[in-house]
Amino acid sequence: MSEYFAPGHGACPGCGLTIAVRNTLEALEGKVFVSNSTGCLEIISSMYNRSAWGVPYIHSLFENAGAVAAGIEAALKALGRKDEGHVVVFAGDGATADIGIGTLSGMFDRNHDVLYICLDNEAYQNTGNQQSGLTPPGANTTTTPAGKIMPGKLGRKKDMVSIAVAHGIPYVASASVAFPMDIRRKVKRAVEFEGAKYIQIHCPCVTGWGIQGKDAVPLARLAVETALYPIVEFENGELVKVRKIKDRKPVEEYLKPQRRFRHLFRHPEGKKILEMIQKIADENAKRYNLDI
Amino acid sequence: MKSNTTRAVRIITGNQAAALAAKNAKVRVVAAYPITPATPVVEELSKMVETGEMKAHFILVESEHSAMAACIGASAAGSRTFTATSSHGLAYMHELLHYATNARTPVVMAVANRAIGPGWNIWADLSDSISQRDTGWMQFYCSDNQEIYDTIIMAYRIAEHRDVLLPAMVCYDGFVLSHTAMPIEITDVNDFIDEYHPVWRLDFDEPSTHGNILPPDYFMELRREVCEAHERALKVMKEVEREFYEYSGRLTPLILEEYRLEDADVAMVTMGAISSEAKIAVDELRKRGVKAGLLRLKAFRPFPKQEVVEKLGSVEKVYVFDRSVSPGFDGQLFSELKAVLWDLRSPPEVYGRIVGLGGRDVTSRVFEKAVLGELDKKWVMEVIY
Repeated sequence: MSEYFAPGHGACPGCGLTIAVRNTLEALEGKVFVSNSTGCLEIISSMYNRSAWGVPYIHSLFENAGAVAAGIEAALKALGRKDEGHVVVFAGDGATADIGIGTLSGMFDRNHDVLYICLDNEAYQNTGNQQSGLTPPGANTTTTPAGKIMPGKLGRKKDMVSIAVAHGIPYVASASVAFPMDIRRKVKRAVEFEGAKYIQIHCPCVTGWGIQGKDAVPLARLAVETALYPIVEFENGELVKVRKIKDRKPVEEYLKPQRRFRHLFRHPEGKKILEMIQKIADENAKRYNLDI
Repeated sequence: MKSNTTRAVRIITGNQAAALAAKNAKVRVVAAYPITPATPVVEELSKMVETGEMKAHFILVESEHSAMAACIGASAAGSRTFTATSSHGLAYMHELLHYATNARTPVVMAVANRAIGPGWNIWADLSDSISQRDTGWMQFYCSDNQEIYDTIIMAYRIAEHRDVLLPAMVCYDGFVLSHTAMPIEITDVNDFIDEYHPVWRLDFDEPSTHGNILPPDYFMELRREVCEAHERALKVMKEVEREFYEYSGRLTPLILEEYRLEDADVAMVTMGAISSEAKIAVDELRKRGVKAGLLRLKAFRPFPKQEVVEKLGSVEKVYVFDRSVSPGFDGQLFSELKAVLWDLRSPPEVYGRIVGLGGRDVTSRVFEKAVLGELDKKWVMEVIY
């Protein structure tokens, strides 16, 4: 059991977030100052008198975990405390790609020595599955309800990895809770770089995605095996590594078991969207040369 | 004591005074964003950090929202922090102002008061900071540049005091003070203010969780603590004011200043730079046989209820001048004054006047005429020379 993130928190069984958090903290041996934006992770872990955190932790606001982390980093430098530990942000996909993208961009631009981890469960899951910029196309959320007119989310998932790379920061990667050893390796590699680092971790949400807890990790693996969630790694702007896929699976295999995509298999617009999602996967595979 | 301190008289603007105060107060992290008329504070600080004159980390944030967020983060990590802003910048910080209060991070901020648009206007108006009245920040309103320097330094002593732990904004009229040079004494404050020793900070010896979820069982306790800290702050302010007087030889008021009020029948109440004109009016009115006096509020939060009642308990009439307004009601200072004086058995008559919004000139004649009953409307639109 982790002494850095204790059991007894309020996450759902099968929640992807806690796998990502535990592996990150253990990779850094708990030498972490956490700045956490508002969202599921904060809600499940920071109850007064019942905190799960064994490391110094501050809940910022929804949109400014990057700016608070920048302040912590500057103060640690100013006070000569830099060697005590790493400043790490945990933020959800909405906090990262939507409401907090300005404060994140500022933190990247100034290249603070901060590791920013986006826990991507692909919607505002804390408030009950509303669409975010990282919600994939076709997903049924409470603000993109699939019905007679709307076929779920229109438009694509925002490419935050490329946005991070475009800032010219030294390290950017994507990861998945299906591969915890890869998360650990990337976290350790990231902190070898002085400056801003970004890792986006795919974290299934049992309630929002409409899956069973036991299926969270297998589904996260399918997202990678269909090339819908490419696992990539950039150092100083150069693509240095990708997770290759042997016998890439059709996207239906990933989509079908999830309640949020179920309508696509009977909605009149569904076929078109399924084709579009397959096209995105094909593009990912081509762009990152994923197929073996 | 006076003799222990070195001092130099320099002719500088209010903004320069604010920046020098932050430097001399041993601020170690600055996070700020430019906005007229507070921009020169940001520039001065950058320059002093670059030359090494100021030993601080300057975070050139992408917005005022992040300026305050970074100050809060740096404060939580154990550093003394400073920022400066104005008008829309302060409005953009609003959410963080509440955060700094409830998190008890003693950030100090300079505010160059300016109107809020549209009706785009960069000139003096207290509406920006008065709008933040209920965020829980202590608020001080200065009337000259010396006061800006002294108050920022004293504000750290109050904000960081164990009995207080509240953020503070030191406000001064845009352009009228921010951009006007006047001679002030730059007292060396090395022995008045030490390096920051926080009550708590993020560290590994005692890894603690901050910004928690606080259910109904605990939330009211937190808010009552904040309110009680404000009450305790008044006592601390008196101590710091006296201590600074003994140190520097300057009696820079933190709570209020009175002028010829002892035997007054009519009292004027003001805040900020217009108070200097009100003092001239007091002298003019006295020459004409009107026993007038002035009460200048320095602290708007915490509001010195008891002190105001004591000072105004025996006057017949009170004229309150607001350089801000709450649409749908009155000038905010006027409202507060009426509320406080209601406690008296036989309260004085209280009148409110709205003056000088968006930088309109407020001359001593305005105060004279108001007291003489020659300006009987709430809104004083005239510029009277």
